[in-house]
Amino acid sequence: MKFTDEHDQFRSAIRDLVEREINPHCDTWEADGIFPAHDLFAKLGQVGVLGIEYDQAYGGQGADHSFTLVMGEEIGRCHSGGVAMAISVQTDMATPALARFGSHELKQRYLAPAMAGEMVAAIAVTEPDAGSDVAGLRTKAVRDGDEWVINGTKLYITNGTQADWLCLLARTSDEGGARGMSQIVVPTDAEGFSVSRKLDKLGQRSSDTAELSFVDVRVPVDNTIGEAGRGFQQQMAQFQNERLIANYMSAANMRLALDRTIAYVKQRRAFGKTLADQQWIQYKLAEVIAEVDVVTHYNHACAEAVVAGADPFTVAKMASIGKLKCGRLNREVADLAMQFHGGIGYMEETWTARYFRDSRLISIGGGADEVMLRIIAQLEGISGDPR
Amino acid sequence: MNVVVCVKQIPDPADPGALDPESKTLKRDGKLILDESDSYGVEMALQLAGDSGEVTLVSMAPNGEVSGLRTALAMGAAKAVLVSDDALKGSDALTTAKVLAKAIERAGSYDLILAATESSDGYTGTVPEQIAEVLGLPSVTFAKAVTIDGTTVKVDRQTEAGYDEVTCPLPALVSVTAGVVEPRYPSFKGIMAAKSKPVDQVTVADLGLDAANVGWAGAGQEIIEVAQAEARQAGEVIEDDGEAFNRVVGFLSDLKII
Ligand SMILES: Cc1cc2nc3c(=O)[nH]c(=O)nc-3n(C[C@H](O)[C@H](O)[C@H](O)COP(=O)(O)OP(=O)(O)OC[C@H]3O[C@@H](n4cnc5c(N)ncnc54)[C@H](O)[C@@H]3O)c2cc1C
Ligand SMILES: Cc1cc2nc3c(=O)[nH]c(=O)nc-3n(C[C@H](O)[C@H](O)[C@H](O)COP(=O)(O)OP(=O)(O)OC[C@H]3O[C@@H](n4cnc5c(N)ncnc54)[C@H](O)[C@@H]3O)c2cc1C
Repeated sequence: MKFTDEHDQFRSAIRDLVEREINPHCDTWEADGIFPAHDLFAKLGQVGVLGIEYDQAYGGQGADHSFTLVMGEEIGRCHSGGVAMAISVQTDMATPALARFGSHELKQRYLAPAMAGEMVAAIAVTEPDAGSDVAGLRTKAVRDGDEWVINGTKLYITNGTQADWLCLLARTSDEGGARGMSQIVVPTDAEGFSVSRKLDKLGQRSSDTAELSFVDVRVPVDNTIGEAGRGFQQQMAQFQNERLIANYMSAANMRLALDRTIAYVKQRRAFGKTLADQQWIQYKLAEVIAEVDVVTHYNHACAEAVVAGADPFTVAKMASIGKLKCGRLNREVADLAMQFHGGIGYMEETWTARYFRDSRLISIGGGADEVMLRIIAQLEGISGDPR
Repeated sequence: MNVVVCVKQIPDPADPGALDPESKTLKRDGKLILDESDSYGVEMALQLAGDSGEVTLVSMAPNGEVSGLRTALAMGAAKAVLVSDDALKGSDALTTAKVLAKAIERAGSYDLILAATESSDGYTGTVPEQIAEVLGLPSVTFAKAVTIDGTTVKVDRQTEAGYDEVTCPLPALVSVTAGVVEPRYPSFKGIMAAKSKPVDQVTVADLGLDAANVGWAGAGQEIIEVAQAEARQAGEVIEDDGEAFNRVVGFLSDLKII
């Protein structure tokens, strides 16, 4: 990837912002189990972080995907995976379908304030009985005149307690399977909507994850994003953005963890020398540095493919390969960081403890490793071509 | 209200710097960035200039470096004058001040000049006052707040005991401390707009200065020796026997901190 001076400037602006506005507060937000999304997103909005590739007519930046890569790599350096995840939900998980397929009115009403950081968005796909198998979801929207009447439950929804609107995936016909679903913008002040509970999690503790309940929630049919009945397909496209940003953040996060570990082993002494003087430690670190470097450059290749307008199957395959590799590698890096810190690494006061917990998610969220393998096998024609 | 801001472009403090063994000055051949100290002056200038005024940057830096200027332009400054010339190698603080004074004259009409109290790399903390002297302007140092009242500038000037309220006629030069205002982050739109903002790059000759009076040739100072600062001594550990606070208070008052 060829970065220009503008990429460097944007990178350094976000890095400063993360260091000044996010990292000093991470301990508090982790302890609170939530971070002030409206406050923080307003600051991110001013810098142009929340609508990098979206239409300038709605307040977006009109930039190409290479700037999303830069943003992901810098947000990935947050000292709390929860905050990074929450930001990426706003930028690349809850909004891409609206930006791509939404009507002018819908974009004015919901996308513009999301890009300005005035509204917090969430993506509501997963349900108690449907996660990996999205086609199995049951939340239903039944048409009544000009309105959808929505009933169902959504689970593990990031930004769930703070969101002003949701990008909801629901069944809008009885066709079953992947057919007959629609994406609908649901404002969270709609009657019948409620947050059933805020969930207690292993990691990503600064991010509020919630179970959401819909009981006869009425929203205008005009809130449908794109075409009714095309929700599943639109969501599959939106998942690519989700996976790409997760990969960009993950690679940068791993590199940061390695740099912090290197700094530690250089000063910690045992057996008459520093830990870094032990050849085992040198080689183990060199080994993972090599792997992180490979995924970093794979990510850059993904971003280049997107910028060059690669077809959706190519992007889907690259995003899935990247996510599989980042997810697995992140677990290895977190284990190594913990191991080389020894006892202090196991202490809650050391960054390694949080990282150890946070690093586990990427192999599960946004499509588990096995789902990535399934997609790769399909796109490679091993298990039957989905095209 | 037009404001000129002196902005120094320095080696990235995140990368370990190195001294040139010959000249004993900091190596500046790599990429330079905006000195964080100057981001406060830029922000202050943008706030004082408002929508009706204009902020102009002046900088002296080797190799036509514009990276730090682009950052300040991305924050919202309108244009810049950059002095870059091999003849400036070895310039001491006074020469820097003379060169910047000429650059400021070239920058157009102004009501106020801002600089930082001291730079992050050289930190002699003398350039701003010397610029004021060369231009025959009043200067106010250590500003922790700056407001404009008609044709005067009001400054809260940081002192050891608190601050002085200083009023000074315009035009004037004010050097600001970190924290005078909270600098904004350059936005994506600002970064893109900065690409096409004018940077007037000039040489010593363009400023009407004689190359024989600047750089090594013109330096009135010479760096004779650079020595490692003494390693910090281990602190004194005071065991708390219930009265330890008396010794802490005694220690701090010996240092005249309290
Ligand atoms: C912190 C967090 C935040 C989240 N945020 C959101 C959000 O904002 N919005 C949202 O909609 N969802 C969100 N999710 C949900 C997430 O996307 C799902 O948890 C994930 O897709 C897995 O679905 P599931 O939990 O139902 O697991 P299941 O589908 O029950 O799968 C369980 C496990 O089975 C294995 N598996 C699954 N399929 C196969 C297969 N075909 N072959 C072999 N093995 C398989 C995998 O190892 C998988 O981990 C979040 C989850 C977490 C933990
Ligand atoms: C003999 C000698 C040789 C030197 N040779 C070199 C050399 O070859 N190359 C080199 O780069 N330095 C050289 N230096 C260092 C250089 O003189 C000082 O860094 C420079 O004069 C500024 O001093 P300062 O950083 O201490 O400024 P300070 O007085 O601490 O700066 C205060 C403020 O003044 C403004 N300011 C200062 N310098 C500039 C600038 N250049 N552009 C815009 N605004 C500015 C900024 O607002 C800054 O924050 C040399 C110094 C000596 C004594």
